[in-house]
Amino acid sequence: MLLAIDTSAGSSVAVVDRDGGVLSERSVPDTMRHAEVIGDLIKGSLDDAGVSVARLSGVAVGMGPGPFTGLRVGIAAARAFGLGAGKPVVRVVSHDAIAYERYRAGHLGGMLVVTDARRRELYWSAYVGVDEHGLPLREDGPGLCKPDDVPHAGLARVDAAEVSAGALGMLAEFLFLHGRPFAGSEPLYLRSPDVTLSNGPKRVSG
Amino acid sequence: MNRTDPLVLGIETSCDETGIGIVRGTTLLANTIASSMDEHARYGGVVPEVAARAHLEALGPAIRTAVADAGIDLADVDAIAVTSGPGLAGALMVGVGAAKALSVALDKPIYAVNHLVGHVGADLLDAHGGPGRAVELPTIALLVSGGHTSLLLVRDLVSDVELLGETIDDAAGEAFDKVARVLGLPYPGGPQIDRVAASGDPRAIRFPRGLSQPKDMAAHRYDFSFSGLKTAVARWVEQRQDAGETVPIADVAASFREAVVDVLISKAVAACADFGVPRLLLGGGVVANARLRQVAEERTAAAGIALRVPALSLCTDNGAMIAALAAQLITAGHEPSTLLFGADSTLPVTEIQVVT
Ligand SMILES: [Zn+2]
Repeated sequence: MLLAIDTSAGSSVAVVDRDGGVLSERSVPDTMRHAEVIGDLIKGSLDDAGVSVARLSGVAVGMGPGPFTGLRVGIAAARAFGLGAGKPVVRVVSHDAIAYERYRAGHLGGMLVVTDARRRELYWSAYVGVDEHGLPLREDGPGLCKPDDVPHAGLARVDAAEVSAGALGMLAEFLFLHGRPFAGSEPLYLRSPDVTLSNGPKRVSG
Repeated sequence: MNRTDPLVLGIETSCDETGIGIVRGTTLLANTIASSMDEHARYGGVVPEVAARAHLEALGPAIRTAVADAGIDLADVDAIAVTSGPGLAGALMVGVGAAKALSVALDKPIYAVNHLVGHVGADLLDAHGGPGRAVELPTIALLVSGGHTSLLLVRDLVSDVELLGETIDDAAGEAFDKVARVLGLPYPGGPQIDRVAASGDPRAIRFPRGLSQPKDMAAHRYDFSFSGLKTAVARWVEQRQDAGETVPIADVAASFREAVVDVLISKAVAACADFGVPRLLLGGGVVANARLRQVAEERTAAAGIALRVPALSLCTDNGAMIAALAAQLITAGHEPSTLLFGADSTLPVTEIQVVT
């Protein structure tokens, strides 16, 4: 049983079980209130599922891609929860959860998952289909691009505004079951911090 | 919950230090600080996004280290405390998200507190883990760092803190960074200016004292302004350079530092006199400045004011002060915050605890 958290778009938290499926899921689509809602979503999801912290076997977290401020809230929460609960944290590419959900709903063949990266840019990930266990096969991405430069024009494009923590958690369960790799430890910001290197002091006299 | 000597873990991420502190009442058990200062050096100042990314990476290891240092079991804490503001929004959110999750995972109450009042709470603690002590009240508190320059009147640590004045432009620490750049010195500017100023004459150049003229003192008696001073220093240096003269860096640094320190301490001492409060408490990273401490000692002694300066490890941003303040709230019977509070980059000092 996993607590799943994703804040790469809105905020979504779920409790999932490999056999029992998604036991509870609470989401707030607002992309500006991650820090406000995250604690209540975690508490509420556990209460809804009637699952105590002790019964969880781990925490699954979406590593993005996602706009940095919000994305970080979920990752910080997942790591802190894992630390407090004494449970391991497993990492999932958030786009993979979107693809997993679409394939489970019947999508066939290739798919290009696209999400909002703000600042008139998009995040994308390209999938060729699923493996023998129904797990999405990401062949390219995640990447960042301008709306006019979205690659893989031949793939069916899926624009998503939300990432379901339930789907993310179930994907994590099956990645673990089938020994497939989890995401890396770096958050997928795909963008460098906004900074301007100082070129020495500016003149103040005319 | 133990309300007599609560065991509290405090999380502080308002600027560029990831601070985790653990206290039992007023006894310091752990004070772990991870700073991203080096990552900001090449930019000449704190870059909010760089700071926030660093908090995310530092938080877990810092919590583990603090728990080990304190020799406790995380499950034994009575409460989690976290800085809700003021500070850098993106940086604060990392701490808030982590603190809430920790609170739910451990099933312990959470206290969201004010960073500036936390600096005052630092005075409760002994840096070496010895028994703490009450903050003598009322007191004037002068909090000076790269992020804030505030003058407070503290009548009660958990219920009555008033903002007397603050900077209307740059924080004092920021002014040190900017003038260091003008003088070709690396970031962070405070220690560099301090080092260079040691051999300079603080009276060599009379730089302006911001908001200290009679006309300013009417509307901004306890406010500060350092942007005019920074410009004055830059202009003075440029004039020498334009004339082909060598810039007496030591004298400029010493004179600049004197102007900053003079304004800070003059206004703090004036506040003590105005409110009849014979106590001054210093806090914030700029307390590391040797000249600031020296002038504070001289002038408070002359005015019959008792000066309190917590150990430097408790003056810079840290989680222990956040935990200590929360412990006071708990002891005073305050209820925990809900899970719904946010990060408030401009949290007013009157809001000592953010409840929702
Ligand atoms: Zn501070």
